[in-house]
Amino acid sequence: MIVFDQVQKSYQVGGRAIPALHPTDMTIETGEVFGIVGHSGAGKSTLVRLINLLEPPTGGRILIDDENITDYDAAELRAFRRKVGMIFQHFNLLSSKTVADNIAFPMKLAGIYSKAEIRDRVEELLARVSLTDHANKYPSQLSGGQKQRVGIARALACRPTILLCDEATSALDPQTTQSVLKLLADINRELGLTIVLITHEMDVVRRVCDRVAVMDAGEVVEMGPVSEVFLHPKHPTTRDFVFESESIDREELQEDLSKADGRILRLTFKGESTYKPLLGSVARESGVDFSILSGRIDHIKDTPYGQLTLSLVGGDLQVAMEALKAADVHVEVLR
Amino acid sequence: MEALLSNVDWTEIGWASWDTLVMVGMSLLFSVLIGLPIGVLLFLFGKRQLLEQPVAYAVLSFVVNVLRSVPFIILLIVMIPFTVMLIGTSLGVAGAIPPLVAGGAPFFARLVETSLREVDRGIIEATQAMGASVKQIIFGALLPEALPGIIAGITVTAITLVSYAAMSGVIGGGGLGDLAIRFGYQRFQTDVMVITVALLVIFVQVLQMVGDRLVLYFSRK
Repeated sequence: MIVFDQVQKSYQVGGRAIPALHPTDMTIETGEVFGIVGHSGAGKSTLVRLINLLEPPTGGRILIDDENITDYDAAELRAFRRKVGMIFQHFNLLSSKTVADNIAFPMKLAGIYSKAEIRDRVEELLARVSLTDHANKYPSQLSGGQKQRVGIARALACRPTILLCDEATSALDPQTTQSVLKLLADINRELGLTIVLITHEMDVVRRVCDRVAVMDAGEVVEMGPVSEVFLHPKHPTTRDFVFESESIDREELQEDLSKADGRILRLTFKGESTYKPLLGSVARESGVDFSILSGRIDHIKDTPYGQLTLSLVGGDLQVAMEALKAADVHVEVLR
Repeated sequence: MEALLSNVDWTEIGWASWDTLVMVGMSLLFSVLIGLPIGVLLFLFGKRQLLEQPVAYAVLSFVVNVLRSVPFIILLIVMIPFTVMLIGTSLGVAGAIPPLVAGGAPFFARLVETSLREVDRGIIEATQAMGASVKQIIFGALLPEALPGIIAGITVTAITLVSYAAMSGVIGGGGLGDLAIRFGYQRFQTDVMVITVALLVIFVQVLQMVGDRLVLYFSRK
């Protein structure tokens, strides 16, 4: 469990303290995938680097499994960092070492593993990230997705309990992003590893994260389960991110809505209710007519969800809304 | 052919070439041995680097700059008392080596500093995040990553030392430069001058070629 207790960070620029992270309280549970989303400069990079003290905080305490890591001396800090893997946007592999040597590198630095142990572990990790055939290649000979898989294998070498991902998919194309995210999700599930992932894409959060914190100007403005934050965003920044990821143009949406007649509702289905043939029966029972203005059906991590914007005309609106609510559908009246 | 090169004593040329090789070889060795750690320290003490030390950086940088700003011909003369103190003579091949190192080491140190700065900061950060100590970062990541740049630096330093070594002939340093000055210049033996210059050109060409090959071999980018 990672606990931030009034953690803050500021940089000295020309004698003035510029805040990068305002005092923040936050708890990341063991074994969850925790997303931090924000625009560049929002402080998410700083936040993730506080967890392995690449950036020391200027105030507050960071507790990891009830130990205050800000109290560590240099040797304790080095030992602690071996238990926290990290992967990067630009991979940061050593260009002078082969794939196998890159993966072995953290184990060699640790100085507590025998040659045989290192060899076996590297082999196992190469297989884990499906790069066995590339063991003796140099990073420059690999594609971006392969490089990131080497980065993941390297981060896992010393069997960490936490994996930090710094924009790990931002330099990759959509297809490669998908495969890397799948790999991260598998690792999380199989190894029970806590993953803290920062990104500027809400889509990445939607696919792999359990909970998410939204950052804006050095502050966490919204935090909660992904389905909650994603389907019912409250803060304007969060809404921006959700709209962005759905490629919804807000003005266009407003214009579409203004043309529709009657009541406008937004229905949110989650889990099993997504697949139920609900709308037809509600329409029959209540006598309302509906037309679908916009909608999407997708997954949040492994949970299916649907969100529909409808206009309703005629019939008994009250009955329709009660029936929807009874079927576990979240109903929001837009107009 | 005989008449054309009437003044050329090939045995003399052979010995002079050997002396130049020894001067360049020995002074390159010591320049690298002294310049490499200084270059690494310059890098580490620099702004926003691992061991940021503004005062230590300023002092070290000042010393390097002073040695580099003195024209080598002056450095040769200024160094004479130190050279005598160090090895007993300021003449011959041995006497030329201390001033060559005094000129070569700071030059190489700057080249090392520059090539270390070229190493991606992300690689240093990643190595830090693995729990590496500063020593491990230097030997495990920085130096291997900067190796092609450092080899290129050694090549440039070697070539500079060839020209410095030739200059040391002025104060009785020995080698091809000495030959060119005593025979080619002072006795107007143009043929000797031409041969020594040609040999120096060949020497530099070979150094550059070998250096380039090595850089290519160690570059994985």
